[in-house]
Amino acid sequence: MDNLPIKMRAHGVDFFYGQHHALKNINLDIAKNHVTAIIGPSGCGKSTFIRLLNRMNEMVPNTTLTGKIYLDCLDILSPCIDPAEVRRRVGMVFQKPNPFPKNIFENISYGLEVNGIKNKQLIEDRVVESLKKSAIWDEVKDRLHDSALRLSGGQQQRLCIARCLAIQPEVLLFDEPCASLDPISTRKIEELILELKKDYTIAIVTHNMQQAARISDYTGFFLLGDLIEFDKTEKIFKAPHDSRTEDYITGRFG
Amino acid sequence: MNQNTIQKIGFGFLSFSVIATISFLFIIIFFIAARGIRVISWEFLTAGPRDGMTAGGVAPAIVGTFYLTLGAIIFALPLGIACAIYLCEYSPKGAVVNIIRLSINNLAGVPSVVFGLFGLAVFVKFFNFGASILSGSLSLGILVLPLIISATQEALLAIPHSIREASMALGATKWQTIKKIVLPAAVPGILTGTILSIGRVAGETAPILFTAAAFYLKGYPKSVFSEVMALPYHIYALMTEGVYPEKQTAIAYGCSFILLVLVLLVSGLAIFIRQRQRSYYHG
Amino acid sequence: MSLFRLKEKIIQGVFTVLAFSSLLFLVGIIFVLFKEGLPIFKDVKISDFLFGRFWYPTYEPPEFGVLPLIVGSFYVSLGAMFVCVPLGIGSALYINEMASYKQKAILKPLIEILASVPSIIYGFFAMAILAPFLQKTFNIPIGLCTLNASIILGVMATPTVCSLAEDALSYVPRSFREASFAVGATRWQTLIKVVIPAAGSGISTAVILGMSRAIGETMTVLMAAGGAAIIPTSIFDPVRPMTAAIAAEMGEAPVGGDHYHALFAIALALFLITFFFNILAEIISRRFRIKLGLSG
Repeated sequence: MDNLPIKMRAHGVDFFYGQHHALKNINLDIAKNHVTAIIGPSGCGKSTFIRLLNRMNEMVPNTTLTGKIYLDCLDILSPCIDPAEVRRRVGMVFQKPNPFPKNIFENISYGLEVNGIKNKQLIEDRVVESLKKSAIWDEVKDRLHDSALRLSGGQQQRLCIARCLAIQPEVLLFDEPCASLDPISTRKIEELILELKKDYTIAIVTHNMQQAARISDYTGFFLLGDLIEFDKTEKIFKAPHDSRTEDYITGRFG
Repeated sequence: MNQNTIQKIGFGFLSFSVIATISFLFIIIFFIAARGIRVISWEFLTAGPRDGMTAGGVAPAIVGTFYLTLGAIIFALPLGIACAIYLCEYSPKGAVVNIIRLSINNLAGVPSVVFGLFGLAVFVKFFNFGASILSGSLSLGILVLPLIISATQEALLAIPHSIREASMALGATKWQTIKKIVLPAAVPGILTGTILSIGRVAGETAPILFTAAAFYLKGYPKSVFSEVMALPYHIYALMTEGVYPEKQTAIAYGCSFILLVLVLLVSGLAIFIRQRQRSYYHG
Repeated sequence: MSLFRLKEKIIQGVFTVLAFSSLLFLVGIIFVLFKEGLPIFKDVKISDFLFGRFWYPTYEPPEFGVLPLIVGSFYVSLGAMFVCVPLGIGSALYINEMASYKQKAILKPLIEILASVPSIIYGFFAMAILAPFLQKTFNIPIGLCTLNASIILGVMATPTVCSLAEDALSYVPRSFREASFAVGATRWQTLIKVVIPAAGSGISTAVILGMSRAIGETMTVLMAAGGAAIIPTSIFDPVRPMTAAIAAEMGEAPVGGDHYHALFAIALALFLITFFFNILAEIISRRFRIKLGLSG
């Protein structure tokens, strides 16, 4: 991979829901300060995969995971690692905006509080900074104490991004962040992602191939639990190696 | 008969059922209010009984009911919430959980007089608390526990899974997530359940028959180990153990009126809160 | 970090322990009933107890035949079923099938309020108002009788039956009804031939739980049923259901005596009967949910 510094690495990962083999021997590197897109038809395991990267899979009972996942040199699956610690460093934005039923300010400050930050000034600064970074500050600066549930869907999603940024993660995972948004909100989120990659390493799951083409540097194509092909986005979309990748991106199935 | 006629008769019966059911409520309220309101006076609400329970007021019974209800809720609320949290947030699915669920369902179906016997054998005799506020409150608390558990469970289940995920993804622990996100969001639901439980406990009689209630006491209870008078028991005693039925029935009407007003206000409040909460969620 | 995790483990442990309290109480109740109820069978044969026709616990020598009490309970409760089953299910059908959105918003809370009226109030109403009314209407010597208790118990159980039946009806998918309308059935035919059968086991759960509630009800029957421990021959006879006997006599029964143990044994029988009904309802409702493809 062009000798770029690698931020996260999945090595020989297999994953089972009960008996169902959901991911098969996945090897994938996520380059630092780049956007890596993961595409594939529904049920191919792309969301499952991205949720392994901050151990969110552990919230689902009756699953088995083998293989290694590294964050820098840290083996994040090791039993002596606290999943909360991993999640502080690897943030996640979900498919549907999921703000807490609290006000805007509290939504952002929550992550800081649970991670033991008590300094009020620091919390306030971080809240403002993250709202600015996620391009929502101008829309909410006068109503920080309004309920977050009153924001529009697109605003809620940017608020969720701000919520992640507040605890200063190193990696941001996006699980189909625009699936429930209108085209204008989608465009805003995409611009934001391109802006954020300067400071963060980003992985995004999407079923929208144009989106992957627009914003990602690398793309992996998943099919039925296999990673079929992983390469520079340009290559995947212009000259894929595998015929199945070509079928998918040209819309012949999926 | 033609289909339309059958349909008309059928629907007529259904309308009759609902009207009959609702009219029972109003008939009961009407009769008790009409005759009860006459005896209500300042003295009735604030003084103790006099002249062999034929005059005076029922203040000690009102106070006693307040203590018993308070005690039962103090006991059952934390326990019920904890139990619901375990079932909704922690429990891995499996045999253990099924057993707990089954026992809650069955506890809810146990006749109220059996709670009284349990309280008699365990709290009054075994722990030697005697017939007291403590024994009565504990018996009532166990009776109302299933109600609080299921109301809390319902409130917890109504909270979307996605906000739990969001909290965990920020590095919060499970307990932080429950304490700071899930429980605050569930408060209105838990509150509704608690208020309904208060209404239930305040009106229960059978569990306190042998564990707490006294027909007549001089003055107010002094500690949790004192016997108490209670509104529902007072009604029963006046109607069945009195020597002057004429005068005592009038007092019983007054007590019933007070109890009915209390319980209807309390459950009305709970239903009102829930209704508002629903419309809040639906925008 | 590991300290964090230890704290989490401890908290989970605390919740687990507390969650077992409900199990503990149920087991405790069963244990107490057996422990305090069984000693009576040292002095009285179990068959004499269950099938004895005479309940004279304070005579010398006492007689502990609970048949009149058991018959009394069932008699009164069956009578209550004639009130609460048609009215409860009828109301549920009305609310589910006929009521407008606005009517529903009024009717459901009213029925819930009816359910929240304390049993002592029902008992008082039956004693002070209903009984004199029946006495006059039917020209009977005393109004406190099976009929009186059955009516008031039926009114009490109606909201229970109604809300459980309404739940069951609301689970019946729209598509069932639409399919029936599509072949030209009237609303009534659809109701009778499609909706009620589909909700059938859910509705029977409602009836069983209504019955269980009626049998376990104490204060109402204590005040309304008249209290004579005889096997009734007409609906105008007074009866003494099991719950009423326990409630009325426990206060006077010397602790540890035969009478005390006999009352606990009645409570045990009562518990087993309601336990049976509850388990039956649980099994049926589980089947119902599976049949309609809802989570078990």
